[in-house]
Amino acid sequence: MTSTESLNGKGLALVPRTDTAQTLKDFKSDQEVRWCPGCGDYAILAAVQSFLPELGLRRENIVFVSGIGCSSRFPYYLNTYGFHSIHGRAPAIATGLASSRPDLSVWVITGDGDALSIGGNHLIHALRRNVNLNILLFNNRIYGLTKGQYSPTSEVGKITKSTPMGSLDKPFNPISLALGAEAGFVARTIDSDRKHLQSVLREAAAHRGTSLVEIYQNCNIFNDNAFEALKDPATRDDITVKLEHGRPIVFGTGDNEKAVRLSPYGGVEVVRRSEVADSEILVHDAHNPDPSLAFALSRLDDPAFEHVPIGIFRSIDRPAYDQLMREQMEAATADKGKGDLRDLLLAGDTWRIG
Amino acid sequence: MTKQVQQLDRVIIRFAGDSGDGMQLTGDRFTAETAQFGNDLSTLPNFPAEIRAPAGTLPGVSSFQLHFADHDILTPGDAPNVLVAMNPAALKANLGDLPRGADIIANTDEFTKRNLQKVGYDGNPLEDDSLAEWRVHSVPLTSLTVRALEGFEISKKDAERAKNMFALGLLSWLYHRPTEATVAFLEAKFAKKPDIAKANIAAFQAGWNYGETTESFSVSYEIKPATLPPGVYRNISGNQALAYGLIAASVQSGLPLFLGSYPITPASDILHELSKHKRFGVRTFQAEDEIAGVGAALGAAFGGALGVTTTSGPGVALKAETVGLAVTTELPLIVVDVQRAGPSTGMPTKTEQTDLLMALYGRNGESPVPVVAPATPSDCFDAAIEAARIALRYRTPVMLLSDGYLANGSEPWRVPEIDDLPDISVEFTTEPNGDGGAYLPFKRDPQTLARPWAVPGTAGLEHRIGGIEKADGTGNISYDPDNHDKMVRLRQAKIDGIEVPDLDVDDPDGDARVLVLGWGSTYGPIAAAVRRVRKAGGKVAQAHLRHLNPLPANTGDVLGSYDKVLLPEINLGQLALLLRARFLVDVIGYNRVRGLPFKAEELAAVIQDVIDSD
Ligand code: SF4
Repeated sequence: MTSTESLNGKGLALVPRTDTAQTLKDFKSDQEVRWCPGCGDYAILAAVQSFLPELGLRRENIVFVSGIGCSSRFPYYLNTYGFHSIHGRAPAIATGLASSRPDLSVWVITGDGDALSIGGNHLIHALRRNVNLNILLFNNRIYGLTKGQYSPTSEVGKITKSTPMGSLDKPFNPISLALGAEAGFVARTIDSDRKHLQSVLREAAAHRGTSLVEIYQNCNIFNDNAFEALKDPATRDDITVKLEHGRPIVFGTGDNEKAVRLSPYGGVEVVRRSEVADSEILVHDAHNPDPSLAFALSRLDDPAFEHVPIGIFRSIDRPAYDQLMREQMEAATADKGKGDLRDLLLAGDTWRIG
Repeated sequence: MTKQVQQLDRVIIRFAGDSGDGMQLTGDRFTAETAQFGNDLSTLPNFPAEIRAPAGTLPGVSSFQLHFADHDILTPGDAPNVLVAMNPAALKANLGDLPRGADIIANTDEFTKRNLQKVGYDGNPLEDDSLAEWRVHSVPLTSLTVRALEGFEISKKDAERAKNMFALGLLSWLYHRPTEATVAFLEAKFAKKPDIAKANIAAFQAGWNYGETTESFSVSYEIKPATLPPGVYRNISGNQALAYGLIAASVQSGLPLFLGSYPITPASDILHELSKHKRFGVRTFQAEDEIAGVGAALGAAFGGALGVTTTSGPGVALKAETVGLAVTTELPLIVVDVQRAGPSTGMPTKTEQTDLLMALYGRNGESPVPVVAPATPSDCFDAAIEAARIALRYRTPVMLLSDGYLANGSEPWRVPEIDDLPDISVEFTTEPNGDGGAYLPFKRDPQTLARPWAVPGTAGLEHRIGGIEKADGTGNISYDPDNHDKMVRLRQAKIDGIEVPDLDVDDPDGDARVLVLGWGSTYGPIAAAVRRVRKAGGKVAQAHLRHLNPLPANTGDVLGSYDKVLLPEINLGQLALLLRARFLVDVIGYNRVRGLPFKAEELAAVIQDVIDSD
């Protein structure tokens, strides 16, 4: 396939496939996994390891790149190519790799501090450029590796070692931020829901360009139960808003059944299911080229944790950065032929002596 | 009237005007004509720091100096023989550099009361006798141009703007320059605006004719072509040569070039140049910041590209952590630092050699990095290939230290034969190198100590690298104290063991007792100064360091075999500090940090002083 053909929706079209059947074991490295017992990272690792065989890619063409933080140890535990880099810079490093190697499936593993604080700039620029990357953002709303300072996703007033009287700064909502940067694929999932997590990863891998997947991840040491309401059978169904493309957005059970509709103020609002007509209920359109409604949905969990949308907020096709780069290279070559070093050095005014 | 023609062996002209007057273009064109004529030459543009400083003010003055001769020359010249001053500000800003007897060609139209006041002249210096020391040619350049362009379908403003071409025509007549290329250049430049093209060509020709007919110029000058080694020549600036060197390194290594860069003065032109050459498989990535620029380059290198980042001092400071990552992951990477005056923002358009210690030591941990410094604008080509050779062969980041003087200066360059360029091809590792089919990413080549380079996509060699300390051989995370000590020493030994050519000494009679040593862009001024000293009967040896890390193996011997070692640097003695520490030699520093290159005359006096002193 040449790059000028549309690769939209074919996230892995340029990555060589294998005929050999793979199992979870093929993706386990020989390194001992060293997160705290009970950490949500284990569940994500297991979900990823058992998901990768399903892609049917040659293992050597998969690369995991990470920054710094607990989650960033991830690449060491996968038997693929891996690069554990420096704090915040994984999207930048992965950009160089993915734009020059379209035959690779490149995954960035990052956390809330890594991606949204020290590396915030690289994240938003990777998103706007639509580099062919899958970014998995493990959000535990705390700094784990440095032992428990508040993070850019911690709620206001968070009491930590560095904020004994409570944190002052308003948190980022990673989904809103990514949509603000006009990312083409934006989703949220939870460490404990393997099925949902893997379904999101599947879509993310199929998306050519940057896909940002926020994964709520429990840090049981420094911020335990941050997402408990989404996991506790007593509450979870009443607050989890599962976004599914083409389906009306309803959630909750029995008397607590609720629906999402357009609000008169230009956003969306949650109302009792019994109080709205079917026609009023918002139907989720992940492929809407305009990100405004997706953004409005991302605000539902903010500021209180009363209803939290998970799933794919946005999935639209636009050419990935590497593809556009190749197209320019091909156009330049088609125009004037492949570069010749001698011609280059002798271009312009020259003169001969002797 | 036939005019007198006088022979000269060399001339230094400085074109100076407002930044909107097109002085860089005028200088470039005069340079092209001169190159074509076959003189040796060297140029030095001088840009104002502000993009558009208020018109007619001193900060708005832009200039271009050109030195050309019938013999090989080494610098853009100390002091101009001719100053073209397009306005009072240009006169005032440059007068201090003019030696007695020099020619001043001044555009009288701009010497209005208002313009004179703007720069603090009480009277008109062209009309009083304050310029008596110089030979002043008052020429109403603007009105002559406007008159010459009467009847052309262009606005008055466009007509006035063509005055730089009138000046170029006049100077071209004065020095017998060939004009065809400039006419062709103007036709091409204004291809989409034929009226403007015609007007500029007419202004250029009017300037030439004016020289021939006016009485204010009674003499014109001839400077014979220089005899240079045979070959095909072109004129080239340091930044352009560096960009071409990187492309050549890509071709000669067989690796695609990936440039990650953030715009910064005076390095941006390398990004601009490389972005034009996509046909060579060059990828240029204008990153969101300096850190992303080097990060992307390193990521591309991990994938098997020739990864390069280009910047200036402030950018190097930001890239330091990533360069450290390249040191410890032992991936090839080229970091180009086009040094400028610092600290902090400093003086972006001015030159310095003040980043040497940062290049060598400006990272956390024991983080050795090879450093290569080009000596002249055209040498940037070879230095770039050399930096790539070291990076690829030893799997290491390399610092390439150019500077503003080299970047923007230009000189004729004998274009090399492609067959003469070094082969720097690399072979990626494709087979396991450990027991039982294992791949050990940090098992070193016994000779170079370089680690194998297996790129993603290579089956069976899947491995992980990172910034955490690695166990020798396997590359697995290791906090073992002895392993760390060993890895620190191995990384250092690898850099120390890089093979670099010996330091050459130029000492024609072999009996000099004083050595003048330099590195980087001071080569031209030092060599010109050495010539002067020798001409006057002084004995002095010269050596120039291209490799700052590791230093050539014979450096200590060379330094030790002279009574005195003089080291001029455009910093406060950074290399001197290193040489003193390493070789216990009492190096004599000569240090000026004015944002300007040394002058040959200045250095000649310093060398003579050192020879004369006991
Ligand atoms: S500190 Fe928290 S995030 Fe880090 S490994 Fe332990 S539980 Fe996991």
